[in-house]
Amino acid sequence: MTFVAKPRVHHPRLPVNEIGLTRRDYEGAVSTLCAGCGHDSVSAAIVQACAELSLPPHRFAKISGIGCSSKTPSYFLSRSHGFNSVHGRMPSVATGANLANRELYCVGISGDGDSASIGLGQFAHIVRRRINMLYVVDNNGTYGLTKGQFSATNDKGSTSKKGKPNLYEPIDLVSMALQIGASFVARSFSGDKRQLVPLIKAGLMHRGFAFIDVISPCVAFNNHNGSTKSYEYVRGHSESLVAADYVRGGSEITADYEPGTTEDVRMPDGSLLRLHKLDRDYDPHDRVGALDHVQRCQAEGEVVTGLLYVDPNAGDCHEILDTVERPLNSLGEAELCPGSEALDGINASFR
Amino acid sequence: MTTYNDFVIRFANVNGSGSASANGMFAKALFRMGIPVSTRNIFPSNIQGLPTWFEVRVSEAGYLGRREGVDLMVAMNAETYAEDVAAVKPGGFLLYDNSKPLARELRRTDITEIGIPIATLLLSEFDDPKQRGLFKNICYLGALSALLNIEFEVITDMVSVQYKGKDDLIRPNVHALEIGRRYARDYLPCPLPIQVRRADALGDKIFVDGNTAAGLGALYGGASVVAWYPITPSTSVAEAFERYAEKLRIDRETGERRYAIIQAEDELSAIGIVIGAGWNGARSFTATSGPGISLMSEFLGLAYFAEIPAVIFDIQRAGPSTGMPTRTQQGDLISAAYASHGDTKHVLLFPSTPKECFDFGADALDLADRLQTPVIVMSDLELGMNDNLSEPFDWDDARRYDRGKVLDAEALESIEKFGRYLDVDGDGIGYRTYPGTHPDKGAFFTRGTSRDEYAAYTESPEAYQRNMERLSLKWRTAATLVPKAEVGGGGNTAGIIFYGTSALPMAEALDLLAEEGIHLDTLRIRAFPFGEEVYRFIEDHEVLFVVDQNRDAQMRTLLVNEGDIDPARLVSVRYFGGLSISADTIQEQVSEYYTARKLPRLTEVKS
Ligand SMILES: Cc1ncc(C[n+]2csc(CCOP(=O)(O)OP(=O)(O)O)c2C)c(N)n1
Ligand code: SF4
Ligand SMILES: [Mg+2]
Repeated sequence: MTFVAKPRVHHPRLPVNEIGLTRRDYEGAVSTLCAGCGHDSVSAAIVQACAELSLPPHRFAKISGIGCSSKTPSYFLSRSHGFNSVHGRMPSVATGANLANRELYCVGISGDGDSASIGLGQFAHIVRRRINMLYVVDNNGTYGLTKGQFSATNDKGSTSKKGKPNLYEPIDLVSMALQIGASFVARSFSGDKRQLVPLIKAGLMHRGFAFIDVISPCVAFNNHNGSTKSYEYVRGHSESLVAADYVRGGSEITADYEPGTTEDVRMPDGSLLRLHKLDRDYDPHDRVGALDHVQRCQAEGEVVTGLLYVDPNAGDCHEILDTVERPLNSLGEAELCPGSEALDGINASFR
Repeated sequence: MTTYNDFVIRFANVNGSGSASANGMFAKALFRMGIPVSTRNIFPSNIQGLPTWFEVRVSEAGYLGRREGVDLMVAMNAETYAEDVAAVKPGGFLLYDNSKPLARELRRTDITEIGIPIATLLLSEFDDPKQRGLFKNICYLGALSALLNIEFEVITDMVSVQYKGKDDLIRPNVHALEIGRRYARDYLPCPLPIQVRRADALGDKIFVDGNTAAGLGALYGGASVVAWYPITPSTSVAEAFERYAEKLRIDRETGERRYAIIQAEDELSAIGIVIGAGWNGARSFTATSGPGISLMSEFLGLAYFAEIPAVIFDIQRAGPSTGMPTRTQQGDLISAAYASHGDTKHVLLFPSTPKECFDFGADALDLADRLQTPVIVMSDLELGMNDNLSEPFDWDDARRYDRGKVLDAEALESIEKFGRYLDVDGDGIGYRTYPGTHPDKGAFFTRGTSRDEYAAYTESPEAYQRNMERLSLKWRTAATLVPKAEVGGGGNTAGIIFYGTSALPMAEALDLLAEEGIHLDTLRIRAFPFGEEVYRFIEDHEVLFVVDQNRDAQMRTLLVNEGDIDPARLVSVRYFGGLSISADTIQEQVSEYYTARKLPRLTEVKS
């Protein structure tokens, strides 16, 4: 017996995707975040990306840490299991979940406090392990849930709501991910759906570790003049490098990008990642160049957004570990237990 | 007077000098002669250059615990001569390399010195100084074969097997053995009055360390995701799993692996991986020691509260903090039982033998799935890292893994409304689903925050308390499912309660006490929460001893705490010096209590 997803009863005029579902079927519970919170826009972009890709909405494992950002897996894909774990430890839980069932789309949502402070170690190590997942950091430069303390991604000199300057150097997760070997690294802005949705699609379809640092303003604590993670600042200082357009199985997803040079990257599953090079001759396959560029822009106070680096053939942790195709969680006694005869031999080796 | 198969021999060596293999062969040779032996490695937290001791207890009576006093010291470390010579029992023997004379102040008149010029003997036979260093150990093994009357072929057979296919190694090894053996025969009074003789005391027993057994048990129990971070004395659990999985968990056609092992960046990550895998329906475990349990605490609370299966092997060592990292202790009971903040409790299993490490390794995976909670197997360095006699492992091929209450897509179809935390069966355990099971049924949100029966977030006092009460009910269910305590003896008014490796010296301690007219019933606790039988045993006895290998009598605390037992009723017997508890220690403390309280002994009552 097979079970197929049935659309919920909706407004008859909502468009359906290839598997007969509407956007509604990808939504989650009603958000309890502040009105205008950037994180809600990220959730909406995930909903749109998954719906447009026609992915089965129950075949995801949504995992997060703790924070306003980490609450968001409740607000998308309610047909899938979600796991709001502990602060800073989403990467390890995601690792376990992905090892247990390699067939599910694994989406990890974290915050800048979650990933760049308490969880910095876990962040670094999941990059190294190349877990096949989409890892999104809703980066607002602050601890939203604990009411506005500086986070480690906050730029030096950037001020708090009360006007106090941040005295410490920032940690840039994008640079770290590039340096440690992530095979898909992007940065975007929650307010730029046109850029964010294709990046999420590409990240979901990427085999290996896909990281998107999404600047996502906190309207309650970090959206004032003097913050470098505010709507205002990012809109004024972002430099869009490479826009990605994700094309699946030949069926083109049209997007109204400005003309420029384009480059198609063939993903392992046959789909295409179409890269639009905008104002610069940027090479998204040059890890060292990407790192150099990100840091130069940062020094000038510019925020580079877009797909910074991709290696479509890097592979994932299951390839490194050479695990069987079948999900490990589906194996039973026959595949897992060596049986009594083998044990007799083992006993004999201890005599 | 000659005694047979009854002595303690201790080898004093320098860490990293290759002595482990020779000493291991010594113990194995006696095992192969059908003689009960137990081994203890006393080693430093260091790779090379520090003193290390290897002790073998030989006991035809089958006493496997540590015994105080050394009958034969093989003193091969000049740096520790003084304490090694002092450790020999009066009337005992000291074997040393007399290529250089023993300092005058070290000589004792109450022991027999056995000098063998090992270095000198080897100098003329082997050119390579490195080889000479290694063969020193083989040479004293050869001498011991003559001194103790060990069947020589048993040893040479082992050498042949160990270096199978490397014939150029077999010859010089056997030669070194013969050099020692010949010297002993020619110049020493062979055999000594303490010697061995072939026995038939072992049946089909095996000789193996607990960590190998635990790793194998987890493999048989179906663990497919393993995450760990190296820490003595637990490392060999994950290593054993991997060693066997490389042979036994490979897909024949594709050569691919049916398991995934991650050496994590720390213990937080290791337990996180285990919890992620358990949540997603794969059986998973990690192995650690006390410091790792401390780090894992936050996650253990999550798994308890969010109800996710996880298996942890805690191979305990002497704490607090880094403590004595290469010495044994049962020091983590409280920190494991109540790991994490809030009202949190965890299921603990206490293996006493390698066979139990194997059994519990597999059973823990069943229990974790059944109870949807972490299960911690509390072994220790004594059991984990030393070769011990054990019943052979066995596996019933008809056994099916108990995956607990998991609903598949078809089951979900037949359900009106799925509630992850609904207590449908009245045992406190809800039904769970694996991610991705059904297109529109059974998905739920797992969280460490409070939730209602349908997994929806709530701060309602009633819903929160209902949930916490249900977890208590589940705890009571757990008490009926975990391995029962083992009751021994019967009819006595006094009893002794113990667990884990305190079982090793227990038979001997009981015999020693019986000689003094003290007869005790026994209760070997095998799990926490405690079953009915534990409380009944306490009720049924007037005088109760509780044996702990920690300073604070942690098992006694658990009994008092969980069973609401009058602390005055439980007399603590304990040892926490980092070696394993000996029969003498138990006997002394129990006997002292009898003397101090002027309690009647059976012999006194009779007279
Ligand atoms: C171990 C631990 N320490 C501290 C906290 C308190 N805490 C909750 S959320 C949070 C910061 C969240 O910041 P971020 O990850 O940036 O998420 P945001 O709310 O900004 O989206 C902190 C410190 C916690 N939950 N756990
Ligand atoms: S506090 Fe900030 S991050 Fe949290 S929900 Fe409100 S706006 Fe968003
Ligand atoms: Mg934040």
